[in-house]
Amino acid sequence: RRRAMGRAMGLAGLLLGLFLLPAVLVSTSLRHGAPRSEPESAPAPEPAEWEPASGAVPEDSLWPLPQWFRTSRRQLQLAPGRFQLVHGAGSSAGPACGLLQDAFRRYYEYMFGQSRRRKRGRRPLGARAEPELSQLQVVIESRDPGCRSYPHLASSEAYHLTVTEPVAILKADEVWGALRGLETFSQLVHEDDYGSFLVNESEIDDFPRFAHRGILLDTSRHYLPLKSILTNLDAMAFNKFNVLHWHIVDDQSFPYQSIYFPELSDKGAYSYNHIYTPTDVHLVIEYARLRGIRVVPEFDTPGHTQSWGKGQKDLLTPCYNGEQPSGSFGPVNPILNTTYDFMTKFFKEISSVFPDAYIHLGGDEVNFDCWKSNPEVKEFMKQQGFGIDYAKLESYYIQKILDIVSFYNKGYIVWQEVFDNKAQLKPDTVVQVWMENNYAHELSSVTGAGFTAILAAPWYLDYISYGQDWKKYYSIEPLDFPGSEKQKKLLIGGEACLWGEFVDATNLTPRLWPRASAVGERLWSSRNVTNLQDAYKRLTNHRCRML
Amino acid sequence: AENEPPWGMPCTQLLVFVATPGCDGFPSLDSKESYKLSVLEGSLLLSADAVWGALRGLETFSQLVGRDENGTYYINKTEIVDFPRFPHRGLLLDTSRHYLPLRAILETLDVMAYNKFNVFHWHIVDDPSFPYESLTFPELSKQGAFNAMTHVYTASDVQTVIEYARLRGIRVIAEFDTPGHTLSWGPGAPGLLTPCYLGKDPSGTYGPINPILNSTYQFVTSLFQEVSAVFPDFFLHLGGDEVDFTCWKSNPKIRAFMKEMGFGEDYKKLESFYIQRLLDIVSSLGKGYIVWQEVFDNGVKVRPDTVIHVWKENSIPYMEEMANVTKAGYRALLSAPWYLNRISYGQDWMAAYQVEPLKFEGVPEQKDRVIGGEACMWGEYVDVTNLAPRLW
Repeated sequence: RRRAMGRAMGLAGLLLGLFLLPAVLVSTSLRHGAPRSEPESAPAPEPAEWEPASGAVPEDSLWPLPQWFRTSRRQLQLAPGRFQLVHGAGSSAGPACGLLQDAFRRYYEYMFGQSRRRKRGRRPLGARAEPELSQLQVVIESRDPGCRSYPHLASSEAYHLTVTEPVAILKADEVWGALRGLETFSQLVHEDDYGSFLVNESEIDDFPRFAHRGILLDTSRHYLPLKSILTNLDAMAFNKFNVLHWHIVDDQSFPYQSIYFPELSDKGAYSYNHIYTPTDVHLVIEYARLRGIRVVPEFDTPGHTQSWGKGQKDLLTPCYNGEQPSGSFGPVNPILNTTYDFMTKFFKEISSVFPDAYIHLGGDEVNFDCWKSNPEVKEFMKQQGFGIDYAKLESYYIQKILDIVSFYNKGYIVWQEVFDNKAQLKPDTVVQVWMENNYAHELSSVTGAGFTAILAAPWYLDYISYGQDWKKYYSIEPLDFPGSEKQKKLLIGGEACLWGEFVDATNLTPRLWPRASAVGERLWSSRNVTNLQDAYKRLTNHRCRML
Repeated sequence: AENEPPWGMPCTQLLVFVATPGCDGFPSLDSKESYKLSVLEGSLLLSADAVWGALRGLETFSQLVGRDENGTYYINKTEIVDFPRFPHRGLLLDTSRHYLPLRAILETLDVMAYNKFNVFHWHIVDDPSFPYESLTFPELSKQGAFNAMTHVYTASDVQTVIEYARLRGIRVIAEFDTPGHTLSWGPGAPGLLTPCYLGKDPSGTYGPINPILNSTYQFVTSLFQEVSAVFPDFFLHLGGDEVDFTCWKSNPKIRAFMKEMGFGEDYKKLESFYIQRLLDIVSSLGKGYIVWQEVFDNGVKVRPDTVIHVWKENSIPYMEEMANVTKAGYRALLSAPWYLNRISYGQDWMAAYQVEPLKFEGVPEQKDRVIGGEACMWGEYVDVTNLAPRLW
């Protein structure tokens, strides 16, 4: 649960949070492990981090920082027994909107926790002087609120929040903005020393800077039980992330239980216990939807497919040792019709199982050695006039997959190699830039060629290191690449990636959070929100709240 | 026969034979942890000199038991003769940078037992917080803990840890690190820390323990009297690392003392002055002590049975330090290459595994003085949410 220790922590939590100097965020100079000769990123103890919060200010725990807000010293009280999250007059959404009903309950619980003060009743005579805030009214302004739809790249996540007596109003175009606004509202409510719930009068106008703000989870290198994934979706919602990039299968294992090809997981998963059934997949998609999070699955081919070969005979290229097959296999075999028959049927299933408009098709790190060793492949290369340029064979394959997927009316995202190796891409292809070396240059190239881009390169959170590395992620400026205004608009956002080689359910959460929060603010908040000291203060509070 | 099970006779008992009694005692540096395990058809025997060896043998036995694909438990015929190479195999936890709830400590002790660790080095207090509830000086935790109600170790908690450890053959060595690393002691013990000066006036901040006042030594005596009684192990860790001299240098009374004592400008002499008195106090309480390497490096006069804890990776190569320490006749503990709080990407367990503690130039008597080592998990970036996956 979000609020730890059984009771909502609120302001007490904020103060405790600063005292607790939570993991990841503390650095002192006088301590073991920092031999003086080694260069340290934070050499001197920062007194501000040690000082207790004297009267924490409400915006001291907003994360990510809203685009525009103002607060006053004036406080309003909330009584858990009487406070309500309701649909406001004029809203196009009402009690039939399951998504909002669910969110109301969820946020009520986040704010008031296991509070026993749920009894209804009139306001006690000896109450605090502050006026009571009795409701947060949510008003969806678009004719179609989106209660039953899936979020997508162009969804509106903007909201306007006015907190004043006697009722606070949260206005948003669509339900997605309401979800974002509810998160922010819950971050404004705090507890005083006596346990009273308070919120400062405020006005907030907010919207995300980038539309694609994702987390990549890898469930092939290590299986992640459903619980892990769902907990992660909760954490994403706390940080206003809106895309789960589900790198669901890869070389090591194939946990996705396919309806058309059950052998894929039967033979390719680590065990029968390490699979995602269709029910599991639907659960993830719906749990995400209720939090305004898109689920973009990645079925990475033609490389990264060892586990596919276990359940699908003849899909992978047999490697050769001279004249004889060596017994091992390489990438998907691009020269056989059966390959494309399989892919056609497979992606038909994927397109119908996953409702998002996009599918990630991978296309990264294709090792050509096996293709080069196979005589039939070599023959094909000759026939096609590709010479010895295997990048052309890779592109040949990719193009056919892209066509298959387009036929099912899906857009696609690909890793940068697909672009680098000059495959013929449709204009609305999204290219994900992941190679750290000179990624700014790559962003220029990709957007310069007119393609939409997503940035992951500086945000490989699986690359752990000692100390406050969140600062490094926070300090990245995605638009710091040479290009025109038009080009910069093509960078639609980014993703924090947690590859699974060294990650499973035993360490996922503490490794990903709150480091990914730094990326979350970078992608939501305004470009000029860069002050590390201020971020430290807010992130400290935010982290304790997330626990 | 058709359905003959592949296994031999079912085993019904593991007989545990211990030569010398000691069930009610505490493990020590000299405890015997050797054991013999014999798994034969019809007879399973674990024999050890002491109960501590039996514990180690039980762990090994549990690792030998397998389960086949039908679910049958089995064990292969086996003969094991085992004993530890080093008698001091420790783990350091830091409960000052972040409080660790009791359950986290107990869980760690369980995993230590799985790995045959036998020393829990409890770095219990430090600059950021003082969670140890002292009976003699209750104000220390009242004023110095992160939260005096919730982020403390009561006397009962401490006893729980000690007993839980004992049942697993693990010694608990408490570290009350002085004279540096003591900021959290200040609020609950006014006058203990050195007031720093800005020119002629106190600046309002404090530094290490004030070594020139008699009250300091009275306090230290009383505190360590209590600590010696609470923690049954023969050894206490007294710290003595990273003493920053800036504050002492700024204080006029200290400067005057330096002159009186003829220490000149060498503050290491003042540090030694304090440490020597501390060591004498602790000795007179009947305890042995472990100190961080600075105490040795700075030439403090220590008892011959002092254990020097080598932790610095860079100032001089740690193997050189190990050679120097053992050459001077002291016993040594190695931690320098095993600071597990310093995380990095990939299979860093290999680097830790490849350390050879005796890889230094020295005669056999020297090498014998290396009694073992400790993996350290400093708490700057560690609390209960990430301790276990970071450590194991």
